[in-house]
Amino acid sequence: MAEIIQEEKGKKGGKRRPKKHGTRIDMTPMVDLMCLLITFFMLTTAFSKAKVMVITMPEKDNQNQDKNQPQISAFRTLNIILSEGDKVYYYIGMADPKKPPLPALVKTNFSKDGIRKILLDKNRDLFTKIAEYRDKRVTGKIVVADTTLENEIKKMKRDDKKGPIVLIKADEKAKYKDIVNIIDEMAICNIASYAIVDMSPLEKDMLKTAPK
Amino acid sequence: MPKIKPPVRTPHIDMTPMVDLFSVLLIFLLLTASFRPQEAAVITTPQSISEKQAPDADLMTIFIAKDGKVYFNIDNGRDTSTHFRSKLLGKIGEQYKITFTKAEIAKFGTMSSFGLPIKDLKTWLNSKDSKEKEKLQTGIPMDSTDNQLAWWVREARLTNVGAEVAIKGDADTDYKLVKKVMDLLQDNKVNKFNLVTNLQKEEVALKDLPPATK
Repeated sequence: MAEIIQEEKGKKGGKRRPKKHGTRIDMTPMVDLMCLLITFFMLTTAFSKAKVMVITMPEKDNQNQDKNQPQISAFRTLNIILSEGDKVYYYIGMADPKKPPLPALVKTNFSKDGIRKILLDKNRDLFTKIAEYRDKRVTGKIVVADTTLENEIKKMKRDDKKGPIVLIKADEKAKYKDIVNIIDEMAICNIASYAIVDMSPLEKDMLKTAPK
Repeated sequence: MPKIKPPVRTPHIDMTPMVDLFSVLLIFLLLTASFRPQEAAVITTPQSISEKQAPDADLMTIFIAKDGKVYFNIDNGRDTSTHFRSKLLGKIGEQYKITFTKAEIAKFGTMSSFGLPIKDLKTWLNSKDSKEKEKLQTGIPMDSTDNQLAWWVREARLTNVGAEVAIKGDADTDYKLVKKVMDLLQDNKVNKFNLVTNLQKEEVALKDLPPATK
């Protein structure tokens, strides 16, 4: 395809000499193969890198557990309980057996209108602030480096005094992906403070009577 | 008068520069490509929006398969001449009073993830049949009486001090088991975990905010 060597007609008569051909190799199949290989390698190398989600857990320190327990205001606390079959329950405030009635568990799910709506609603101020900052950067009103952006967002999260404090609790039957999903939701909704904690016996009882 | 036809010549493209370029690219990609090491179990990781990349060296990975088997892997470090894997095997051998031969230690150094009780390690290393090897992979025991995973983690932490810990769990593993592994890691003073996930784009903009309820 690349070339067709046209033979010129020799002069009539005279000696017939074998025509001198330049040694030309048809490179088309070679190029085809190379294209294929290159595409293959490009695709495989780009996608083989695993992505990770980093979580840092508070250090387990059994000695001074009670001394430095941070006080969380009940009003800001949002408890999320993950249960069997991707079910998500939440309640606001603290479940304190001394102060009945116990808060009721509300059932929701991982969809867009499920837990995310609640988280966004609770985290309205901080989320707006961060989203506006990002928008400004996208539209070019402010020019900052990636690291500056990250630090700025970190600072906003640290200074946040209104957003929810999310306590994530997983039931025994919850799957690993539920936990990953909910931490992901925290990242999507820019929640400043969240923690994975153990379920209290009281909450286990609450879960038994929760809507199925 | 007949028209004079110029001799028809097919256009001829010289492909040599193109081939040159392709060769260079191909060689480059071939050399830089890091092939995915063969993993002991098939694990489908959960999806997340995290775009952070896993460190490519100095990483200790704990695999948690769907069936509850736990596998362990550690790399030789950024500077592969440190031979962390071989050192680790020596230390574990000392701990469990098993002496590994030089050849066994060297072989272990080139392998990747494994999930079997320490007593089977020798057989596994010397086995040539891949099916038999697979059969031996019964997961690293982590009961309270004989918590071998804890030993692996502890010795690995002592061998490669800078190693980060990644947990690669199957999406459908019970959280209970993942929690058990995390607790074990926390007992060994690992408080930062890299959860291996698949990238899934998801964005929420200002317009997605639910209307204020006031």
